[in-house]
Amino acid sequence: MTVKSENVKLFTEKAELVSAVVSEVSSLAEAYQYTIDLCGKKEACKLLVSGCEEALSDKADALCETKFGKTIAAPALNKKQFSALEKQCVENGFQLLKDGLRKHLGGIDIGFTFADHGIAETGTIVLNSRSEELRIATMISEVHVAVLPKSKIVADSYALESYMEECMRSCDYTAFITGPSRTADIERVLAIGVHGPLELHILLLEDK
Amino acid sequence: MQDAKSFKEYKTQVREALGDDFLRTAMDNFAIAYRASRANAFKEIDDKALIKDIAEAKACSTANMDELYAQFKEEAEKNGAVVHLAADAQEANEIIARIAKDENCTKIVKSKSMTAEETLLNHHLEAENLEVVETDLGEWIIQLRHEGPSHMVMPAIHLSRHQVSDTFTDATGKKQDADIQKLVKVARRELRQKFTEADMGVSGCNFAIAETGTIGIVTNEGNARLVTTLPRVHVALMGLDKLTPKLHDALRVLRALPRNATGQAITSYVTWITGSNECAVAEDDRKKVHFVFLDNGRRALAKDPVFAQVLQCVRCGACANVCPVYRMVGGHKMGHIYIGAIGLILTYFFHGTDKAKNLVQNCINCGACKEICAGGIDLPGLIKEIHARIQDEEGHPLSSALLGKMMKNRKLFHKFLRIAKYAQKPVAGNDGFLRHLPMIFAPDHDFRSLPVVAEVPFRDMWAKVKPAKTANPKYKVAIFSGCVQDFVYPEQSVATVESMRGKGVELEYPMDQSCCGLPLQMMGEKVAGRDVAIQNMEAFENSDCEYILTMCASCASHLKHNYPKMLGHDPKYAIRVQEFADKVIDYSSFMNDVVGIYEADFRQTKGDKVTYHAPCHLCRGLDVKAAPRELMVKAGLEYIECAEEEVCCGFGGTYSVKFPKISEQLLSKKMHNVEETRAEVLLTDCPGCVMQLRGGANKNGLDIEVKHVAELIAERRK
Ligand code: SF4
Ligand code: SF4
Repeated sequence: MTVKSENVKLFTEKAELVSAVVSEVSSLAEAYQYTIDLCGKKEACKLLVSGCEEALSDKADALCETKFGKTIAAPALNKKQFSALEKQCVENGFQLLKDGLRKHLGGIDIGFTFADHGIAETGTIVLNSRSEELRIATMISEVHVAVLPKSKIVADSYALESYMEECMRSCDYTAFITGPSRTADIERVLAIGVHGPLELHILLLEDK
Repeated sequence: MQDAKSFKEYKTQVREALGDDFLRTAMDNFAIAYRASRANAFKEIDDKALIKDIAEAKACSTANMDELYAQFKEEAEKNGAVVHLAADAQEANEIIARIAKDENCTKIVKSKSMTAEETLLNHHLEAENLEVVETDLGEWIIQLRHEGPSHMVMPAIHLSRHQVSDTFTDATGKKQDADIQKLVKVARRELRQKFTEADMGVSGCNFAIAETGTIGIVTNEGNARLVTTLPRVHVALMGLDKLTPKLHDALRVLRALPRNATGQAITSYVTWITGSNECAVAEDDRKKVHFVFLDNGRRALAKDPVFAQVLQCVRCGACANVCPVYRMVGGHKMGHIYIGAIGLILTYFFHGTDKAKNLVQNCINCGACKEICAGGIDLPGLIKEIHARIQDEEGHPLSSALLGKMMKNRKLFHKFLRIAKYAQKPVAGNDGFLRHLPMIFAPDHDFRSLPVVAEVPFRDMWAKVKPAKTANPKYKVAIFSGCVQDFVYPEQSVATVESMRGKGVELEYPMDQSCCGLPLQMMGEKVAGRDVAIQNMEAFENSDCEYILTMCASCASHLKHNYPKMLGHDPKYAIRVQEFADKVIDYSSFMNDVVGIYEADFRQTKGDKVTYHAPCHLCRGLDVKAAPRELMVKAGLEYIECAEEEVCCGFGGTYSVKFPKISEQLLSKKMHNVEETRAEVLLTDCPGCVMQLRGGANKNGLDIEVKHVAELIAERRK
């Protein structure tokens, strides 16, 4: 697949419009570094952004206390990739998880994934999430970092029809994700992160 | 939830809603912000063409509903899902409760589903001792408060942050701030804990794709992804109208749905689920998946030639967003469970005549919903149709039946209008307004002054004002004056004649014309309305005119669009009525686009500062937007655009008699916007609007003249 620069440009513009953070990386190593840096800067246990400091019912409060230290979940990495990222996590005192994410429903700091496609028209990433771990990682993490190869960006959703239909021939769970989780249910005031991630970082990977 | 027992009780509730200042301000802000964000979202897309495609595709799915269901079931079951079909709400609820029992589930988390609201699923499940928690923020709030949704997309739009903080204080047992960002985070943590415990998830569904047995769910919060992932059982409840042949159809709707709903290009999440997916806490690692389809009258509806289009609705909620009545009274008074224009209609089909009979009267027929409906549904037309059906089922109120009887007989009707001239004598002021209102209107109608009936109706002046025959007329035109211009404001018709002086227009006035019949349609008097239509059509058939000119926007759109709808199926009238309708044209379009009038035709002195009110039936009913504005500028008038120029003035003919309080509020808003322009004259293209606006200006002591465009054009002609 070739990279269409107008698609990349439009994708970036549209994703940023819905408060996704879009950056370019030239290699996976750079993507790992980005993730480690982000995790380092992020408030850890206090989970300031997500609201552990709020007055909660006792049961909800108890769930918060299941979370220790900083965690990154990266269920989609292969062995080699995983150990590369793990090395850096250990150096920084973060925990890197590959599976068993149901034990971490109290919260994960960062979910790290590879997007399958990008849709320029709306700044959407398309993530095939048949793997339950992958689904959980992108839903309960406070920050979602997705690596998207530039060549995988198409103009609009119609361009993905045959790809998606192929997926849908057997059991499948495909997600369109556009910006972080949001709501405007109270007085129509926009609030980010009501259920899913509070931040979405998209790392556009330069294809060879 | 709207469930007033009588029309009187309903009106009392409406009045209470009008007094809710928080609601009113919230709705106003929303209406204005929505218009801007929708326009922005559709900037790069031809919305009309897209909506047309969606409507056609949905109509096709509706026609093939049974086949699509069979195909969906087969495909979904191949991939391990179980597909059910429930005949009605009760059965759907029972199926879901049974699944919970069979699978040993006790704690249910739910994401948003209007269909589950329709069946009152939560009540049923709770009665079966199951715990159900709504996880969509708005739905959770109203669940905690034991209320119904006030909007299809924003169910808690009627509540303030303070009310929400009180509700959360009760729910958590901890004092909560009224800070929205904090409240949202509290909800996140509270609901997350509910997710960890739940063994069953219930979701709605936006698309059911038959080809692959896939469902699509559109959300912003992401709760539907948790609902369909964490618990070991997933049940999706959906109406049969969600069935669609292919993914492409769903993607097409997806282009319009979020843009129309909230002005977003797309929602944060769209989830496509096929079959039974991996689930670590389930037996064999596979989730138990059940798709429950609800009929509840949909299959019968699909076969109804008039109402099948109701199933084209994609539940974007936009018809509420633009509705001036919704804006005044909020969702709980503008629907039973489904809200807004579509709510008025669906209430009748899903919840019965009793719940619908008051609601369907609360539409002012402004057409704002029809113009933006993502499913291309003729919402106001269907609302009127239901009103008529209910009157046929339950008997016509005396006033409406009498009106029907009288108007069917043109001579009797016109005699009545002539007598009215004398009857009003004791109360008529010499400023053209009634000093006191006749008893039938008092006291709710005191918000505007009503005009007196003119000394001489236009039809009696015709012989005098009629222009001399031109040798070689360029345009042969027959005037349709409508009752108001005939009997109340004949000067507007006279001005019309004046304004086209020397332009080669040959005019005639067929004397057998009567009321256009729109008031009859508004009152649900279909049969009388049809009779009047035939009379009018025949009145013009003796003329060899090329144009039927009407200066009343409401008459024009009724003649042009509703006559063919009323008579078009009848082979006796089909061709004739189409010929008639094709000739109908409104004043501004005729002058600006047909006659071709130029700056040079007008006096060169400086014209007045004017602003404009766009009549609903002109700007939307006939899609005429540029003509009147261009005409004003050509005539040398200084035109200042008014805020919300295309929003209804609240006249709505008989509507303002039924719901005077709403009419009053719409008018006062209009007057406020007009005042802001500091114009000297307010122009419009419809005598009904003139009546409403002039009455409002008079009552409010506003120093502004209100005129029909034709009057100023005539004045400014050289
Ligand atoms: S026609 Fe106007 S008043 Fe009636 S439902 Fe539609 S938007 Fe509301
Ligand atoms: S009727 Fe039309 S505008 Fe109203 S919710 Fe349905 S699709 Fe949207």
